[in-house]
Amino acid sequence: MRLEYHVSGRDFQAAGGAAAKTKRALRQIGIDAETARRVGIVAYEAEMNIVIHAYRGTVGIDILPERVIIYADDEGPGISDIALAMQVGYSTASEDIREMGFGAGLGLPNMKRYSDELKVTSQVGSGTSIRAVINLPAKEGS
Amino acid sequence: MGQLFHSVLLIEEKCRGCTRCIKNCPTEAIRVRAGKARINAERCTDCGECIRICDNHAKTAITDSLSRLKEFEHTIALPAPALYSQFGREVDRRRVLAALMDMGFDDVFEVAYGADIATFLTTEYLKKQGAKAPMISAACPAVVRLIQVRFPALIDYLIPVDSPMACSGKLAKEMKAAELRIPKENIGAFFITPCPAKVTWVREANKLGSFPVDGAISISDVYGEIVKRLPEISPSHPELKASPVGVGWGRSGGERIAAGISKSLVVDGIHNVIDVLEQLEMGKLQDIEFVEAQACTGGCVGGALTVINPFIGRMNLEALVDKSETRPKLRDELTEDLNLEERLGEFTIKPDIVAVPAFRLDQDVSRAITKAEMIEKVVSELPGLDCGSCGSPNCRALAEDIVQGLAVDTDCILKLREEIEILAEQLLEMAKKSPPALKEDSKEDSAFSKPGE
Repeated sequence: MRLEYHVSGRDFQAAGGAAAKTKRALRQIGIDAETARRVGIVAYEAEMNIVIHAYRGTVGIDILPERVIIYADDEGPGISDIALAMQVGYSTASEDIREMGFGAGLGLPNMKRYSDELKVTSQVGSGTSIRAVINLPAKEGS
Repeated sequence: MGQLFHSVLLIEEKCRGCTRCIKNCPTEAIRVRAGKARINAERCTDCGECIRICDNHAKTAITDSLSRLKEFEHTIALPAPALYSQFGREVDRRRVLAALMDMGFDDVFEVAYGADIATFLTTEYLKKQGAKAPMISAACPAVVRLIQVRFPALIDYLIPVDSPMACSGKLAKEMKAAELRIPKENIGAFFITPCPAKVTWVREANKLGSFPVDGAISISDVYGEIVKRLPEISPSHPELKASPVGVGWGRSGGERIAAGISKSLVVDGIHNVIDVLEQLEMGKLQDIEFVEAQACTGGCVGGALTVINPFIGRMNLEALVDKSETRPKLRDELTEDLNLEERLGEFTIKPDIVAVPAFRLDQDVSRAITKAEMIEKVVSELPGLDCGSCGSPNCRALAEDIVQGLAVDTDCILKLREEIEILAEQLLEMAKKSPPALKEDSKEDSAFSKPGE
């Protein structure tokens, strides 16, 4: 199944909503707690990236019996050096965002840490696309 | 294991079938069917929100009555610290304890002292554990149940230390059995409880094996009896063992003060707790070491089975904390006399806390995904008013109920109205149709010429 959420840049009030709804769906589907937590974290970071850095975007979640795929596509400034952005602690977030307790430079590193595959593509001045895959643990006995 | 016991219960004849409780239940455990609220046992956490919100007082809690004291050779009351908060700012703990004994208990053992023990065990546990992530107190049973049902990924972060209630029961029975030379089984320990979730905990724990507390009597049930006795009764009980910090566990923030961990987060009120747990589950707040979470606003002083306003209770309890005598030798007592350092394993929650998948749509993941897809489709066709008239708490919950075969889409009154409108239009359309025998210049006419033409 596919879930899709629109995310607006700078909308900190609504931030986290997409991740919370995703977790609700995972709980209903009966995805194991640890995997659900990983998906929740990746979805949250994807959502927050759009809120912090972009103008607007979409977070999509594909839930399949063997894996969950998280897509985040935004219209925004893009990332000029993806390798640098993947480093813990590196952030281009502005001072006011940091004062709010965000932009600690953990977004992409966290997504990498909690997903099995992560692909980031970006065009400066236009936007960023992220695709993260989290495999579900194989069923016991099969 | 049989049907899950729940303390929270509906009084059928008082329920008017309104939607207050269904909309306020944090786990969407309630539906209105045939004009009465129905509680889903798997989802209910006994938090007591529905008891508080119900204007018709149709929600209540099953608790034990004093008549159960007869079952035991020797009985011990285990008063929650929150009990003291019910009797004004000047209350003398010794008088409250004496009143309990006068009501029929053979003995009293302050749960505030159990809280001192739980504090010790918690700090020892956290020391051993090392600060790997925010660890969550398991003292509030409604929060534990909430985590089992809604936040299973956080189960590993619960501190598996026995609650003050369980610590008190264990020690009280041990001491009395040795003193009176009778078997522990002949001693009945009854918690004087501020909340239904504790009642459930006691019942369920007793079902699963031996548990040091035999029953739970509500604060509201003993309140009047204590108030009646307080002016006259002399403070018969000898020394008080609980420290001011232990007494302070009765209000939110008390555990944090007790544990003395600076990087702590204190949250109370079930909806606030859910919000914080959501964030913890999403990997936020990782620099926090200890989380004190309580389902009731204000902590135990705000329990659904207390009598007075939680904020007044808090003020009273704080006054009591301030005037309670400190216990400088407490630590020595716990480590040397009670030898607690060697007994940490004995004061661990048993059996292990496990996930309760009360929201799962289907045992089979593929089928569950199909159902989840159907829910999304149904939800998109519902009005999104979340009015609750259908008996489900919101449109999404109705969609879930429809997909699970527990409701139909015309349970939604707006959906029903739409259908009636379509039907009415069809009726009107049909009503306009007259049989050829009445109709003028109908098509069929041409085939039959009028007489005389």
